[in-house]
Amino acid sequence: MAREMMYGEAIGAAMTEEMQRDSGVVLYGQNLAMTERDPMLRKFGKKRVRIAPISETAEMGVAVGAAITGLRPIVELWMSEFMLVAFDQLINEAPRLRYMSGGQVKVPLVFKAGYGFAAGWAGQHSNCIYHTMMGIPGLKIALPSTAADAKGLMAAAIRDDNPVVYLHHYMLTLDKGAVPEDEYVIPFGVADVKREGSDVTIVATGWMVKKSLAAAEVLSQQGINAEVIDPRTLAPLDIKTIINSVHKTGGLVLVDQATRHASAAAIIAAEIAEHGSKALKAPIKLVTALDTSIPFSEPLENYVLPNEEKIVSAVKSVVSRQAATV
Amino acid sequence: MRKKKALTKDRLIWMYAQMVRIREFEERVKRTFVEHPGVIRGHTHLGDGAEATIVGALATRAMNDPAMPSYRCHGYPLVLGTSPRKIMAEIYGRKDGLCGGFGGSMHLADPEHHFPGTSGIIGQAIAHATGAALTAQVKDTGQVVHCFFGDGSTKQGAFYESLNLAAVWRLPIVYILENNHYQAYTHISLEDANCIAGDPLSQKAQAFSMPGVTVDGTDPLKVYAAVRTAAERARSGKGPSLIEAKFYRLSAHGNAITVPPVPTQFPEHEAVEVYGRKAEYAAAKKKDPIPRFRAALIRKGVLRIADAKRIESEAQAEMEDAVQFALASPHPTPAEAVKYVYA
Ligand SMILES: Cc1ncc(C[n+]2csc(CCOP(=O)(O)OP(=O)(O)O)c2C)c(N)n1
Ligand SMILES: [Mg+2]
Repeated sequence: MAREMMYGEAIGAAMTEEMQRDSGVVLYGQNLAMTERDPMLRKFGKKRVRIAPISETAEMGVAVGAAITGLRPIVELWMSEFMLVAFDQLINEAPRLRYMSGGQVKVPLVFKAGYGFAAGWAGQHSNCIYHTMMGIPGLKIALPSTAADAKGLMAAAIRDDNPVVYLHHYMLTLDKGAVPEDEYVIPFGVADVKREGSDVTIVATGWMVKKSLAAAEVLSQQGINAEVIDPRTLAPLDIKTIINSVHKTGGLVLVDQATRHASAAAIIAAEIAEHGSKALKAPIKLVTALDTSIPFSEPLENYVLPNEEKIVSAVKSVVSRQAATV
Repeated sequence: MRKKKALTKDRLIWMYAQMVRIREFEERVKRTFVEHPGVIRGHTHLGDGAEATIVGALATRAMNDPAMPSYRCHGYPLVLGTSPRKIMAEIYGRKDGLCGGFGGSMHLADPEHHFPGTSGIIGQAIAHATGAALTAQVKDTGQVVHCFFGDGSTKQGAFYESLNLAAVWRLPIVYILENNHYQAYTHISLEDANCIAGDPLSQKAQAFSMPGVTVDGTDPLKVYAAVRTAAERARSGKGPSLIEAKFYRLSAHGNAITVPPVPTQFPEHEAVEVYGRKAEYAAAKKKDPIPRFRAALIRKGVLRIADAKRIESEAQAEMEDAVQFALASPHPTPAEAVKYVYA
């Protein structure tokens, strides 16, 4: 059974279900469970649901310590950049402890945060910082683009025995979709084909999936049939599904809200260059943010971020070069 | 020690006028959400309720002392001499804004007026302000940095690390902890160990063996006296102090966070909206620093009612002009977005 749910709601549903399933799951963060009326607090009690002070280093470090001693903490961090205050915990503690202990300890925790808020939040609150975490062995990263994925990936994140950074896109919060009402767990490392097509492959995550699907509609009016793939997790990364698609289409456009060299797109491009180049009939094209911080003013912000038109024109240029090589 | 001069009548009137200007400015920002929906994007935070602390502290400035607050930053540059037109235009994301539309409400900067910049990340600017004090010390400028930050920010490592370093290096800085009783939606009693124990937040100074005092942040003269003592100490090479100024934020933390195109406005104050504590909010309104300072000055014969009214209508006209200026200013041209990445 599925129910229409908002993306934001679906995340909450998964957290509730998992907390019901496993009494070791605890939730804390700033500005939550402020009053007795809080639904999570009422369901799970003060021991398991807590408000935290504005102390990311402690919030995240405490989660690491709790995880290696038997809890499964979910830390609500609200905006992904706030994690940067505790960069050490994120990059050099959580993902390292299991390895350094020779496999003796595990660090099952979820750092949950929103990202990419393209709505006038300026330079420090709108960024996409997943690339920074992608190359860190031991860390997993989930970025849902639909309500159903939001639920399934959160359930998987909580059950995972490793530190998971769960990044939900702010611009998708109110988007509705059909969400399975029963237990729903999406395994990590399995990309999802969001739209099937035969002419060109578009790979995107988060809000960019929505933009890419809109671009694909525009392109289909012009006779170009694009396939849109969402990796859903960046670590582990399902390269195989992308390669298979490229074998079918011969062209690849990578759409990423991050800046070019700090994008997942750059890493995917490198993988395809090594493992899928035979299938490519045209060079790969990246549609990313321009190399700037995010400006405040609307026209500036629009200018630096990828959008439907930029995706359409990138796809067209790839398709025309594919045609030239045929 | 220099003999302490009493504030002159003109200076007191100036202080009242600055408080009124800040309030009027913030009112106009807030009204913009209603009168011109969509003009202000992102997250905007107002300083209403903080006027006595801002002005009381900055009235002690000498030698072009820099001021470095948090992201709740509109009021300070107004006092330092920045044009409200430019601040409003920045908040509206316009070309004529203080930062050309690149920064917005949370990131005002005006180095020309000794306002080097702000951060939207809690607590981090405390370290920046401490760095400004290093500059003053190394260059021997005689300046004292006024570092403002919220009660919430004192839960960040940057706060503890900076205060210890400043004490060790004897940096010329005054740390002004704006205790407005809330961090975003969270009441201080839910997150501050000192508060929960019934102790003042200025107790944190003891951890660094520096002076720490708590003052009524709704009274500009009390703030003035405490900051002046701390600034003199800092200027004479004796190092930093911590001053807790207690007041109450009178508006909600910020405009409601929404996903476009859902319109955003200021909700009711968290005391009412989240906690249902109407009496708490009503009591805070009664302690509004502006009418109280006005009444005190009139009582002392410093301010005549006619002068108070003139100050108020001048502030209204000034901020109306700022709104009109900002509305008329164009947006920056998109291609400029790549301009300021590197120096
Ligand atoms: C590192 C970090 N964590 C969380 C936030 C989100 N946040 C923005 S304002 C705020 C509250 C700050 O409270 P306080 O320091 O008391 O300042 P006030 O807003 O009351 O002036 C929070 C938690 C942030 N900006 N940075
Ligand atoms: Mg506060």
